[in-house]
Amino acid sequence: MSAGKRAVFLRGMRDGIPIGLGYLAVAFTLGIYARNVGLTWVQATISSLLTHASAGQYAGFSMIGRQAAFTEVVVMTVVINARYLLMSTALSQRLGEHTGFLQRLGLGYCVTDEIFGISLAYGAPLDPIYTYGAFSVASPSWALGTLLGVLLGNVLPEAVVKALSVGLYGMFIAIIIPPTRKNRVLAGVILLSMALSFALSRLLPGLAEGTRTIVLTVAIAAGAALLFPVKEEAHA
Amino acid sequence: MHNPYIYIVVIAAVTYLLRVLPLTLIRKPLNSPFLRSFLYYVPYVTLAVMVFPAILEATGSVWAGAAAMAVAVVLALVGQGLVTVAACACAAAFLVGLIA
Repeated sequence: MSAGKRAVFLRGMRDGIPIGLGYLAVAFTLGIYARNVGLTWVQATISSLLTHASAGQYAGFSMIGRQAAFTEVVVMTVVINARYLLMSTALSQRLGEHTGFLQRLGLGYCVTDEIFGISLAYGAPLDPIYTYGAFSVASPSWALGTLLGVLLGNVLPEAVVKALSVGLYGMFIAIIIPPTRKNRVLAGVILLSMALSFALSRLLPGLAEGTRTIVLTVAIAAGAALLFPVKEEAHA
Repeated sequence: MHNPYIYIVVIAAVTYLLRVLPLTLIRKPLNSPFLRSFLYYVPYVTLAVMVFPAILEATGSVWAGAAAMAVAVVLALVGQGLVTVAACACAAAFLVGLIA
């Protein structure tokens, strides 16, 4: 690695540290959830190393827990991680023309909400080396947090474990709520989603949670896209 | 009983495909406003549906779950970061869980 490339990689590592600290905490709650559905620490840690997607793994673990059909696993994983399609599409616009196929394969592996964010902030053209640097700190933190969650979930008092199990939901709320301050439509969409989710869970208690999520996501997101098309700036 | 490792690999493979296909295949921006808008709304709707009402049932106490949700929403609205929001939601659930 040339000195210039090394500097870019180190800069990525530095920017990855705060992300890694957050991942430790959030992955800990994911690990607790993995333990709750019956996964071993090996299985949960491998999943975190391979997938590193909080909401996606959470949904995945819940499907493992209830032995869902593989078609549901595939559909649900696509639905819940559909945002990565957008993020990777955005990143593809930031790469230099000469960026090779292998670099694109490597960069794709590193796309998470937070790493996507700092990679966009890096500016164009994006040097994948920067993203690798951040990922080299963030990914082990995610795996380690998951591992600790599975192991220490057994050691901690039950009241603490139960309280920590809302941590993941807290993180989801922290992702979806802030943009609503500037976007009334989005606030309405989120409120409607929660209301319909609650209503459907009471009216059709037999409907699988994953199916409910898929049906509501497609219906509400399509309706919102038809009625309130998003202007370009809102994607940033 | 299916092997958990098969699930883990399927989930990882599908997730990777979503991340890598646009980077390797799409070299131009998506033109359809509907598709762009749909993809914009998808994560918000999905996460909202996943959070509620599940958060109420997560700890075994509806009140602890409701307190966690209220604290998280307020802190997120005033611009606190991901870790702070998650940690305070846990603290709220713990404290209310002690009395509820």
